[in-house]
Amino acid sequence: MTFKPKIVPLGDAALLVQLGDEINVEINHRVQTLAALIDSAPLDGVIETVPAYSTLLIHYDPLVLTDSQIRTWVRTKLVHMDETESRKPRQIEVPLRYGGEYGPDLESVAAYHGLHPEDVIRIHSEKPYVIYMMGFTPGFPYMGKLHDAIATPRLETPRKHVPAGTVAIAGSQTGIYPVDSPGGWRLIGWTSLQLFDPKSEPPFLFSPGDEVRFVVEY
Amino acid sequence: MSLEVLDASGLATIQDSGRKGWRRFGVPISGPMDIFAFCAANLLAGNPASFAVLEIGLGELTFRALQDCIIAVAGSGYHLSIYLWDFPLWSSFFVRGGWAIHFNKSHDGMWAYLAIAGGVQGRPVIGSQSTCLRGAFGGLEGRRLQAGDRILGGKPSRPLSHLAARTLPVEARPAYRVHPVIDIILGPQTKHFGDESLRTLLSSEYTVSLTSDRMGYRLAGPPLTQRDKTELISEGMTFGAMQVPADGQPIVTMADGPTTGGYPKIGAVASADLPVLAQCMPDKSRIRFRATTVAEAQQKYRTLMNGLENRILNPEYGEW
Repeated sequence: MTFKPKIVPLGDAALLVQLGDEINVEINHRVQTLAALIDSAPLDGVIETVPAYSTLLIHYDPLVLTDSQIRTWVRTKLVHMDETESRKPRQIEVPLRYGGEYGPDLESVAAYHGLHPEDVIRIHSEKPYVIYMMGFTPGFPYMGKLHDAIATPRLETPRKHVPAGTVAIAGSQTGIYPVDSPGGWRLIGWTSLQLFDPKSEPPFLFSPGDEVRFVVEY
Repeated sequence: MSLEVLDASGLATIQDSGRKGWRRFGVPISGPMDIFAFCAANLLAGNPASFAVLEIGLGELTFRALQDCIIAVAGSGYHLSIYLWDFPLWSSFFVRGGWAIHFNKSHDGMWAYLAIAGGVQGRPVIGSQSTCLRGAFGGLEGRRLQAGDRILGGKPSRPLSHLAARTLPVEARPAYRVHPVIDIILGPQTKHFGDESLRTLLSSEYTVSLTSDRMGYRLAGPPLTQRDKTELISEGMTFGAMQVPADGQPIVTMADGPTTGGYPKIGAVASADLPVLAQCMPDKSRIRFRATTVAEAQQKYRTLMNGLENRILNPEYGEW
């Protein structure tokens, strides 16, 4: 199935480039490639890009660029994208403790699928995940794709407080809460890594497009 | 030169032109709710338009000047008094050390901007001095101003006597109205809604709900129903994007709003009208929407913002 890229405005200061209409690793990889291509040599007036699952949002300054100028420029980038050698994702290991006080929902996730908690740990940590996008709170990585055997719906009632460092799953995605916040994902583990520190340089451990591998700590 | 906060019942924060380049990590752009009044306050004080200022909203504020200084105030929703006198907004003022500066709520808007000649000084966090309340960083320890805080000003661009009593005439300002008509650009998910919903949006009156804040303005009015119920995959968002959740009541993303979102967007507010929307009052303003094109919206924004500095009246050369 080929999806013809679409360029549509989101207001008068952003352009949305749609490269697909589903969540999958290949489409997201194209999004990250286009983002890297634009960020490596941005046009004057382009402020920043925001990669998401299947789209790239380009924020620009309408006092510098007109709608037609930026559209023309983005079209040439789409043409060049297919000639661009895609960048090799950065790989980051995340040490993690599963279950118990670290992951209070591990047992219920296992029970939901008729699995033993050890099976959930093995399946969750056996392959690397791509960071499709970041959002929700500063530094929250949306990663996938989870093995179908452990894909689990969100909690019906979100928790008011999820501690920073908690590793969680929702649907076919997995993520890590970078700061204390409310949350409706199922909590299966915890990492001592600090994902976000506004005072450090750079402030974020991850970037969209990175690959994350969970390493079990006992 | 510096200001001391004597009393702060409202929401006052330090804001510069915003945190650019970090939205891909989920960091909101922050910055001013009303970009026009923000730029005007800076220019009136002789600063570059992007300098850090104090944004004042939702309550009363009192400052005391600790030394002689120039301040400029622009925006809406406040009566300004300095020492013993009342003054109109959209002007710059010479303030003697020891004088008090009061912001008392009026009922014609939401946000006012106090610029100090030389700019509010502070350490940038993630590339900006803007306060991100939700992330608790930037500005003054990531929080709203409170009594006892000291705001440090930088070095003015010109001698103080050259910066006082400057004004921005009303014809150079946006068409602020209590009951405004706001331009929106339709898309990208307009097709998720039926033609009837589109007609509803463009022919009805909406109010701003009381639960609105720097993150988003929740609108209340006739609901917009979705024809296409397929769940949208989350994508990037902008300041001004109008999302419609399942209850059909639109939410306009504002300065501290999320960088991505999964609700369909029926449109986005034109940049030139965002300041007007930002100044709309909860439960009071009745807002109508009109569809415009990207090209028209950009032209209107350029007309509003370009050459703003040249429209400032100086007492030496102006009508004074």
